Amino acid sequence: MSESIVLEANNVSKTVVSPEGSLTILADVSLSVAAGETLAIVGASGAGKSTLLALLAGLDTPSTGKVLIAGTDLTLLDEDGRAAVRGKHVGFVFQSFHLIPSLTALENVMLPLELSGRRDARNAARAALEQVGLTPRLSHYPKQLSGGEQQRVAIARAFVTHPALLFADEPTGNLDTATGQKITDLLFHLNRTMKSTLVLVTHDRTLAARCGRTLQLDAGHRIA
Amino acid sequence: MISAIRFALRNLWRDIKSGELSVLLLALTVAVLSLTAVGFFTSRISQAVALQATEVLAADLRMESPHPIPQKYFDQAARRGLKSAKVISFPTAIFRGEANQLAALNAVTETYPLRGHMRIADVPFGTARIAAGIPRPGEVWLDARIIAQLDVPLGGTLKIGAADFKVAEVLDYRPDQGTGFVNLAPAALINFADIGATQLIQPGSRANYEALFAGNAEAVIAFREYLAAEKSAGERLRDIEDSSRQLNSAIDRASRFLNLASLASVLLSAVAVAMGARRYAARHIDTVALMKCMGASQSFVLWISVVELTILALFAVALGSALGFLAQDGLAYLLKDLVRSDLPRASLQPLPIALVTVLAMLIGFALPPLLQLKSTPPARVLRKNMSAPPLRYGVSYVLALAALFAILWSLVRDTELVLSVMAGALGVGLVLGLAGFGLVRLTTRFRGGVGIAWRYGLANVSRRGAGSVVQIVAFGLGLMVLLLLAVVRGDLLADWRKSLPANVPNNFMINIRPDEREALEAFLKAHGLGTPAMYPMVRARMTAVNGTPAADLKLKGDSAKNYVEREQNLTWSRNLMDDNQLLEGRWWTDADIGKPLVSVSSEYAESLHLKLGDHLSFDVAGEPLKVEVTSIRKIRWDSFRPNFFLVFPPKLLDGAAGTYMTAVYLTPAQRPALAQLVRQFPTVSVFDVDAILRQIREIMDRASLAVQYVFLFTLAAGVVVLLAAVQATRDERRYESAMLRTFGASRGTVLQGVAAEFSALGFLSGTLAAFGATGIGWLVAQRLFSLQFSLDPWLWVIGLVCGTVLVGLSGTLATRSVVNTPPVVTLRED
Repeated sequence: MSESIVLEANNVSKTVVSPEGSLTILADVSLSVAAGETLAIVGASGAGKSTLLALLAGLDTPSTGKVLIAGTDLTLLDEDGRAAVRGKHVGFVFQSFHLIPSLTALENVMLPLELSGRRDARNAARAALEQVGLTPRLSHYPKQLSGGEQQRVAIARAFVTHPALLFADEPTGNLDTATGQKITDLLFHLNRTMKSTLVLVTHDRTLAARCGRTLQLDAGHRIA
Repeated sequence: MISAIRFALRNLWRDIKSGELSVLLLALTVAVLSLTAVGFFTSRISQAVALQATEVLAADLRMESPHPIPQKYFDQAARRGLKSAKVISFPTAIFRGEANQLAALNAVTETYPLRGHMRIADVPFGTARIAAGIPRPGEVWLDARIIAQLDVPLGGTLKIGAADFKVAEVLDYRPDQGTGFVNLAPAALINFADIGATQLIQPGSRANYEALFAGNAEAVIAFREYLAAEKSAGERLRDIEDSSRQLNSAIDRASRFLNLASLASVLLSAVAVAMGARRYAARHIDTVALMKCMGASQSFVLWISVVELTILALFAVALGSALGFLAQDGLAYLLKDLVRSDLPRASLQPLPIALVTVLAMLIGFALPPLLQLKSTPPARVLRKNMSAPPLRYGVSYVLALAALFAILWSLVRDTELVLSVMAGALGVGLVLGLAGFGLVRLTTRFRGGVGIAWRYGLANVSRRGAGSVVQIVAFGLGLMVLLLLAVVRGDLLADWRKSLPANVPNNFMINIRPDEREALEAFLKAHGLGTPAMYPMVRARMTAVNGTPAADLKLKGDSAKNYVEREQNLTWSRNLMDDNQLLEGRWWTDADIGKPLVSVSSEYAESLHLKLGDHLSFDVAGEPLKVEVTSIRKIRWDSFRPNFFLVFPPKLLDGAAGTYMTAVYLTPAQRPALAQLVRQFPTVSVFDVDAILRQIREIMDRASLAVQYVFLFTLAAGVVVLLAAVQATRDERRYESAMLRTFGASRGTVLQGVAAEFSALGFLSGTLAAFGATGIGWLVAQRLFSLQFSLDPWLWVIGLVCGTVLVGLSGTLATRSVVNTPPVVTLRED
């Protein structure tokens, strides 16, 4: 394995058992992503995009196959082990932002730093929010922010730990076109600045086109 | 772990600020408030009751001896800061000229009595007042019966031994005069300094020497240990444990009432804690998924919750016990006329109990949802429908039951009471659950015939399914406990008071010869005292049980030995006495009259290990009598009616020479008739038990006041349960309300729907709570208090109306803000 490969999936499948019988959501998908690359996972609703993202980020375990982040095989780790790998290497941006409503913008960005035991969480979070242009909004709660502002807080939270790998799940799905455009610009700008690797799930062709590579899924199979 | 604690501290502050923990904090605080207020208060009340019991001894501790009591005991008592008094008592004849009367002479020192007061009167059998001090040297205070017998006026002179005494007062009551029929002779009281002058105490004289001690409770306990170690043979210690059977029975019931009330608060708070913890877990599931997504481990997540809740518990204990202390102080102020002013401060003992209880509540009721919370799959950040796998049922149920038992038991240390309360609560919970399930299905049928708002409300009840059942169970349990306390408490107290009505006999007359019976009955009737039942009495000694001679019986305990060694009073009766309850066997039929059968009391049967069909042999004035045990009765001793361990069928003992006894109620105005009665029937002995009756009524009054006060905390706990239940569905309601209003429903329609839903829930909870309260009330009355339970229709009226109105109104009010939130705000947040 080359040292520049940060994310690798080998013949990953996901099968779930339901009352109607077993159902294969993802079949035999392989990929590898090098440091600094940008990859878009595209496909129709129900194609298995979110399932693949969950497996790649170690949020779920594959039925067969292997996933490696920074050379560590996630399938050999237990839940806490995978959590530790995520804490060290991974950042997330979600479609519905996933900000904690009881925390201010600043506290939301401080959360991953506090979880990793960083003492300077407050200053680092403040700097991250400054980078996304939200300095005047530090003490605002999520419900006091617009959708675009909320997603900017989420982006600050994702980048504040300087992750090697950033996963984004439909980052513009809940935003209007103009705001979505601004958020996309910010995401790609920070990705370049921080030299991180970006893997995003989208069905927005324009957004996918801005990525260096595209992986297309159809009914759980990789078709491109 | 340190980072988890630091993180938890920060998180706790954020959760408190955002109101996430308010219901849980409120539930815990109310639990601690009721626990500590009840704890502080019952410790004071029980001390008050115990102090009242000490009056029976006229001291906290009493030593009796046939020999003079060594001075070293009094010196030691003085060094320990205890007060003491001396009493010498012995029977002697009192002379007025040639006429004389046997009396129990008591010589007492200045400090007598150390507890309680003596009462004296200006005329025989007249109205009495509290005495200040004791007779002056040269004076005697006499029982009215002696004054009547010797026909001596107040101020007249009598001779006791070698000394002359002036009759100064009529002695009405001494606190330690005895509540049974121990001191048969009427009493005379003189100053201890005069005992020498009477020259009645000579070497070899039979006298009873008594030392009385009283003071601070701890010092008394320590001094008791000292005396127990030092005392010589013949010196006997008596403390409040020895107080009479009737008083103990009343105190025992009083403490059971209080414990029942505090148990109810704890039970309700536990329900609220369980609901609060479920909501806490539900509100944190997304945060936990996010934190795990960002690298938090399962133990880290669990630690955060545990640390947060532990700090919350400590805070609730501090706040709740401070409020609890204030609350009991307020009560002590309200009761200042009833509770003695020299009561010690409340002990801090309830504090550790409150802390342990709160921790047990959290472990039993809050830990299961937290254990589930830590297993939240991180992939929930991508798919909202993913949630933690449910805990194995065993874990949460065993935790909850064990915690509940530990809490209740540590509170009352009465396994029977705890088990019946738990069984009742669980049984009712199960019935409520099943019935709730039934209603949920039933509401689907009613939806067709009602308006839009009701259709929406009833649809909600059935759509929420499991959630509705949980709410019905919670409301139902809360209402049931409130009903039990509000209505059943009233019934029980009323029944209890009924067992001791105002005209309960306060004077017992014994030694009535058969030839005097008719004349005495005529006398009582002529003086407006009615025709009370005359109980025949025959003295007899038990000689054998099932053929084994009494001397060879292997018996344990003093009471069993007493039954065998002492002469027993036998009686016969055609009918079972009102205050007797048949536990086993059958009562006499006409065919049994004159047959050798016997009915024994439960105490007698237990002490001698008797069962139905056993044979007892007696020596009745030299004649042998062998009888078979055909029934065992439970006697309610606190009814204050004449009662007998052994009752025979009529005609069996006809040949035996016996006497009669009876009991009458005398108003203060009727008491002078006693002087005439004593003169006319000199061999009849009259005993006045008015004082102890008064004491027991006072205890009942205090107990009922205390229970009503404790009831307030239970009410507060019930309100918290309601809040917790409403809070549990708040988020869901917000969303639904926003959706409905978006689709064009008016605020009023949505609110009516909510009101319909809560009213329906309340109606069913009320119905089931009334069922439960009736059942448990019956059980509690029968098993724990030995009272007749009468079905109260108000239980149903209050249950249904309160259930519907209380739950409907408060549920609607608590949800109003949800309905009032503009739909756009809610929908944007989601």
